[in-house]
Amino acid sequence: MGEITGLDRLLGEHPFFAGMPPDVAKLLAGCARNVVFEAGRYVFREGGAADQFYLLRHGTVTLEVRVPGREPLVVDTLQEGDVIGWSWLLPPYQWSMDARAQTLVRTLALDAVCLRGKLDAEPALGYELFRRFVPVMGRRLMAARLQLADLYARPSGGRG
Amino acid sequence: MSALPLPAGDALLWRPEPYRIERVRRDLADTFSLDLVPAGGGAPLAFRPGQFNMLYAFGLGEVPISISGDAEAGGPLVHTIRAVGPVTEAMRGLRAGAVLGVRGPFGSHWPVVEAEGMDLVIIAGGVGLAPLRPAIYYALRHRRRFGRVCIFYGARTPDDLLYKAELKRWRGEFDLVVDVTVDRASHDWAGKVGVVTRLVEGGGYDPLHTVALVCGPEVMMRYAARALLARGVAREGIFLSLERNMKCAVGLCGHCQLGPHFVCKDGPVFRLDQVERLLAVDEL
Repeated sequence: MGEITGLDRLLGEHPFFAGMPPDVAKLLAGCARNVVFEAGRYVFREGGAADQFYLLRHGTVTLEVRVPGREPLVVDTLQEGDVIGWSWLLPPYQWSMDARAQTLVRTLALDAVCLRGKLDAEPALGYELFRRFVPVMGRRLMAARLQLADLYARPSGGRG
Repeated sequence: MSALPLPAGDALLWRPEPYRIERVRRDLADTFSLDLVPAGGGAPLAFRPGQFNMLYAFGLGEVPISISGDAEAGGPLVHTIRAVGPVTEAMRGLRAGAVLGVRGPFGSHWPVVEAEGMDLVIIAGGVGLAPLRPAIYYALRHRRRFGRVCIFYGARTPDDLLYKAELKRWRGEFDLVVDVTVDRASHDWAGKVGVVTRLVEGGGYDPLHTVALVCGPEVMMRYAARALLARGVAREGIFLSLERNMKCAVGLCGHCQLGPHFVCKDGPVFRLDQVERLLAVDEL
């Protein structure tokens, strides 16, 4: 009980869940636990079962794409206050890239299987979660598009 | 046949002054800095942060280049140049001792004096850090006159970060927030990866009392401005440095026209509300 109360507080302190109604935070806390990753360890691997998502409390996590014959390409870094992973929300519930701890990383891991069951039973919880995840997904999609635009590339047909 | 009259009192603006290259620095694979001193001796011309000069490679042509040195240091005139065309490619091949023509300084400047008393947020993308460096020098030299000072810098890859040694030094200052990100990196890069606009969310500055100076590719500046507005910074507090095809540098030839503005004369530094609507117009 004490553990859940503590997790409840940690969840409430995380920016991703700022303003979360207390009853919803209590529901979520039932699916949460503290997980620590040493630097260099994978948080998850591409193709793996997306059975958890993480609230980053401390440290940096890199999102990486494996490229055959090359070093993994780092496409994003996530910091304290960020959320890691949304593949757990949508079938087939598989991670689409690698996530690796760049430093010592402390997270709150939320059990997605437990949570999906609660989402089905509690539409209000589903709404609370989706209204938090959708802006994050939108920001990251926009960022990915800008990265794709290769803003800093050498101008073609340069004058001067 | 008589020559066209020059604007009264501005005749000197048309005549390049010879400057000798005192030192060449290779900043990046395609980017270099030239320290210039008057070939005939004396002090280099005075300028304000954000202004540019027209640099003339004799027999090849003239290009507008922002001044990237310290406006108050009194040393050589520093220009950081990306080789993107025949004139700048030729300049890349020059060595110390060679002579260039210099006209200037031209254009508007970063409102660093007007920003005193406020938090200062400097957002640079790629070689856009060069025109902002004089503003950074000003903020460092007069640090106590500002609130929080944040430098957010984005580049394509870690190899494309300009002024790495200075960035490290600035990062070591206790009263300066320096946040750097790159668009892509291999695993050995220990810094951030992601677009520079995301850095705007951090820094701990007070958006209601912030002046933001932004320079980089135009798309990046548009999105940076949006991120600043979303954070609560007023339009009147956001300044961008625009780049157009500047030729005469005094607002006569019209090559750099942007709606009602000549970028060479009315810019390159504009307040966001002066140009926001124009930046949304295709091919303007």
